Amino acid sequence: MGLLSKKDAKLITDPLADNNPITIQVLGICSALAITAELKASLVMGIAVMFVLGIGNVVISLMRNIIPSKIRIIVQLIVVAALVIIVDQVLKAFAYELSKTLSVFVGLIITNCIIMGRFEAFALANKPWRSFLDGIGNSLGYAVILIIVGFFRELLGSGTLFGIPVLGDPIEKTGVYSLGYENNGFMLMPPMALIIVGLIIWVQRSRNKALIED
Amino acid sequence: MEHLELFFKSIFIDNMVFAVFLGMCSYLAVSKKVATAVGLGAAVIFVLAITVPLNWLLDQYILQPGALSWLGAEYADYDLSFLSFIMFIATIATMVQLVEIVVEKFSPSLYNSLGIFLPLIAVNCAILGGSLFMQSREIETLGLAFNYGVSSGIGWFLAILAIAAIREKIRYSNVPAPLRGLGITFIITGLMGIGFLSFGGMLTGGDEEAPKKEKTVKVDTKTVDTKELANNTKIVE
Repeated sequence: MGLLSKKDAKLITDPLADNNPITIQVLGICSALAITAELKASLVMGIAVMFVLGIGNVVISLMRNIIPSKIRIIVQLIVVAALVIIVDQVLKAFAYELSKTLSVFVGLIITNCIIMGRFEAFALANKPWRSFLDGIGNSLGYAVILIIVGFFRELLGSGTLFGIPVLGDPIEKTGVYSLGYENNGFMLMPPMALIIVGLIIWVQRSRNKALIED
Repeated sequence: MEHLELFFKSIFIDNMVFAVFLGMCSYLAVSKKVATAVGLGAAVIFVLAITVPLNWLLDQYILQPGALSWLGAEYADYDLSFLSFIMFIATIATMVQLVEIVVEKFSPSLYNSLGIFLPLIAVNCAILGGSLFMQSREIETLGLAFNYGVSSGIGWFLAILAIAAIREKIRYSNVPAPLRGLGITFIITGLMGIGFLSFGGMLTGGDEEAPKKEKTVKVDTKTVDTKELANNTKIVE
């Protein structure tokens, strides 16, 4: 880590656990839940948010002295919308099926509160390089939760990871299924994502008592 | 009939919060008290009722492939749909600002109850989500678009009202300490979502929704998708 000073490295590591955007700051929940039925979709969503937040933070940070504060929300929205259009077009060109799965949720990155939240809280007050690191850190923290949720939902819900069967064949009854194991189709339903995130919060807060709410 | 069907479908079956998780950020942040939850919920209905029909007009006459044909034959094969995100969000941001000014001018009492929530709403995913779903579900007429906006707003309103009431009561319960606050709210929302799943059979008698719930069908389609995807990437290479 010769490139990063200790203070800069903290910008990346903090959001991964103790200041996680999803479980602690409660930002960006919407998209986190809806697309996590598959691991691949979660991963792609994580990367998309990383791209938008990393670059968006730099752009906003570069413009921070010339944006009049009255219209800053609109300026921020336009910057995000432009970046999200790039992501959407790239996905449509190179991964059409995946962009169908993600459907409107790519567009909803625009109103993902993580992005506006970090713009407001960090990029408007800091230099571009630090803002970039903050963006990467926060989107990594976001991606980590998405991947954990996606991992459990896909593994328990359809017995696959990245679409590859890992628990054997449910119809031929091979692997774990020969022992009488069944896929829990319920994990693929939307409400289970909420419950899994709730459990992640539970685990995280019982490990770090300082985070417990009154 | 069509209107009635869409109305109940968007309130109960495709509920903004429980089925597609839209507007979760403000849903979690502003649901500590019933009174504030009602204010935000009303503001969401209000803004959705304005922005969804407006964006429907935009989509129909400017953004869709071939939508510009009213300008003349030479514009008939323009496709501006890639601009929809930026157009929708710009409409929403301006409308929210405009509504705030108009409400402040003509109804100070309404402004006092809705006012503080209106700026929050520009970045509420339920609003943009409403417009994007309106686009992707190809809603046919302006009337239906208005209906869709109002009814999904009502669905969101019901959800935030219910969770706020539950959160007010749950303060007196002995929740495990690490789960207090955010954690238990997530889990309750999940349970409410499971309850709302039962509305799925309301319109169709359970027939149309059934294939969605069968896990084997879902797995099959997924493997097909990935195969096709692999083929597609090969072609690109």
